[in-house]
Amino acid sequence: MTPDMPSDGNLLARMRRHPVAGSLLATPVTLVALLALLLVVACAIFAPWIARTDPYDLATLDLLDSHLPPAFMAKGDPRFLLGTDSQGADLASLLLYGLRVSLLVGVLAVSISVTLGTIAGLISGYLGGLVDSIVMRIADIQFTFPAMMLALLIGGVSQSLLPNDKRAALAMPIVVIALGISHWPHFARLVRGAVLVERQKDYVAAAQLAGRGHLVLMFRHILPNVLNPIFVLATLDIAFAIMAEATLSFLSFGMPPTQPSLGTLIRIGYGYLYSGEWWVVVFPALTLVVLLVSINIVGDWLRDLLDPKLR
Amino acid sequence: MFAFLLNRLAHAVLVLLVVSVLAFTLGNTVGDPVASILGLDATPADRAALRTRLRLDEPVVVRYFLYLGDLLSGRLGNSYGAQRPIIDLLAERIPATVELALAALVLSVVIGVPLGVFAAAHPEKRIVRFLMTSSVIGVSVPTFILGIILIFTFSLTLGWLPSFGRGEVVKFEYWSTGFLTASGLKSLIMPAICLAIGQIALVARLARAEMMGVLRTDYIRFARARGLSDRAVNFSHALRNTLIPIITVSGIQLGYLVAFAVVVEQVFQWPGMGTLFLQALSQTDIPLISAFLMAAALFFVSINLVVDLLYAIADPRLRIRTQMQGAGG
Repeated sequence: MTPDMPSDGNLLARMRRHPVAGSLLATPVTLVALLALLLVVACAIFAPWIARTDPYDLATLDLLDSHLPPAFMAKGDPRFLLGTDSQGADLASLLLYGLRVSLLVGVLAVSISVTLGTIAGLISGYLGGLVDSIVMRIADIQFTFPAMMLALLIGGVSQSLLPNDKRAALAMPIVVIALGISHWPHFARLVRGAVLVERQKDYVAAAQLAGRGHLVLMFRHILPNVLNPIFVLATLDIAFAIMAEATLSFLSFGMPPTQPSLGTLIRIGYGYLYSGEWWVVVFPALTLVVLLVSINIVGDWLRDLLDPKLR
Repeated sequence: MFAFLLNRLAHAVLVLLVVSVLAFTLGNTVGDPVASILGLDATPADRAALRTRLRLDEPVVVRYFLYLGDLLSGRLGNSYGAQRPIIDLLAERIPATVELALAALVLSVVIGVPLGVFAAAHPEKRIVRFLMTSSVIGVSVPTFILGIILIFTFSLTLGWLPSFGRGEVVKFEYWSTGFLTASGLKSLIMPAICLAIGQIALVARLARAEMMGVLRTDYIRFARARGLSDRAVNFSHALRNTLIPIITVSGIQLGYLVAFAVVVEQVFQWPGMGTLFLQALSQTDIPLISAFLMAAALFFVSINLVVDLLYAIADPRLRIRTQMQGAGG
């Protein structure tokens, strides 16, 4: 909060005038989404401390506990808040760890897209000419295919080429790279456009006259001024990456059952839907939807706040 | 405009060439065709003879051009998994995917455009605000979760609609259609809705944004001043000028529809290209995978070309812009 504000109101009135807090208070949906997102991320980060059991530790499983409904139902067991799966694993713990995997894959994939796209966009916008033509042509070729299709092609083909015993171990890097590659052109285009505008400005000319090298100019002078749109797009892109990862996992070309993400849990649970064990699929699906909706709402809010041009 | 179209055509050929190199490399580096045809107990002489017959001894570049020739004449080889010519497999599966995507496209335009127009005409109504807020949810819910919800509700609980397959189909020459039988149409309902929901939200948002822009222009004010009814102003004056961007975006969306059709086909066990491709992946059926790569590339390139063409026809400013930029843009 800015200190020079007149202190004529209570805390709430003062917060309403603050640009960030005010826009949050004006749209309660955004506030709820932000809180939900923070809660979900906290659950994912602290999963090993919150979860009652470690689902990766097969020694804790007891087949006698399998197929139990959630604790609030008549046949439920108070030890298993959300019930158990066919192996007797605690669904709540699986969910917390699955959330962790989904978020981790999403964040890693977007960091790859951001890094690749930002470097390509900076170089191509700054240097122009032949380099620009080549980079933008490659991006254009990739834009011919929808990102989801590309992620499925890269991830699916590489998974299917691997021998069976290596698939599980390499699943995470493959998914992360497939998703990262499928989205870099979006960042490249965005950054290139912003760099073309920035390059005309006086501060760049001044730095050039001061004898700064190209790399220093690109990364120390221009990059900080194009960070806002990158940040906004990256936030919204995490939602895409998480959804694409869940889709790949649902099609069984994503995360393996030994290290399940939310999508893997949904795929496994879907098989039990026909036998009436709805909880194995409903809770992961609900978590995934809450995660995606809240990222999208918070992303839209950030866009309006930081970069109205992107609207 | 001619330069623009030539540029896009060159781009299309470039994309196809890049993908053909990838598909060729895939087929060329993985697996040994000689071993898979002759089996383990063939003599070295037999192997050598087959290698020469398949022209595997030629240099890579020569074999790549042979491969291109095969592609152009439709010789895609045999699938390892199904042991049948790939071209037949594709011909069997394409109608199912095309009909699914078309049904979803029609749904998304027929529902999305009126929704968007309504939302733009009555921005203050509570139902409109509610719809705009909930469109975020429509965009956020993954397709496969939507499919599971639909199956759970309408197949498992209510028992109204079949949960998998395409129903009965009627065959004409190369095309099999599910549009003409009751069970075919019934089977189409859920997959088409599942594929369309996200698109409906997108089209409605776009139509609303375009309409809001047009409704502020002078000729709309003039039409209102002449005393025309709201319906006449909204639909015959304003909507007409928003249709071009909507048509263009719908074309681009057709590509996305086909990409997500893979997911929908898997959920509903729809016998289309998507399930064929997933089968090929899980069986590591290399010839089929590389044929699918080429088919997908051809499809997306054609869609982009058609959309570019529509752009060029619809937007005269484009002609000037390409002249200013030259061929590099």
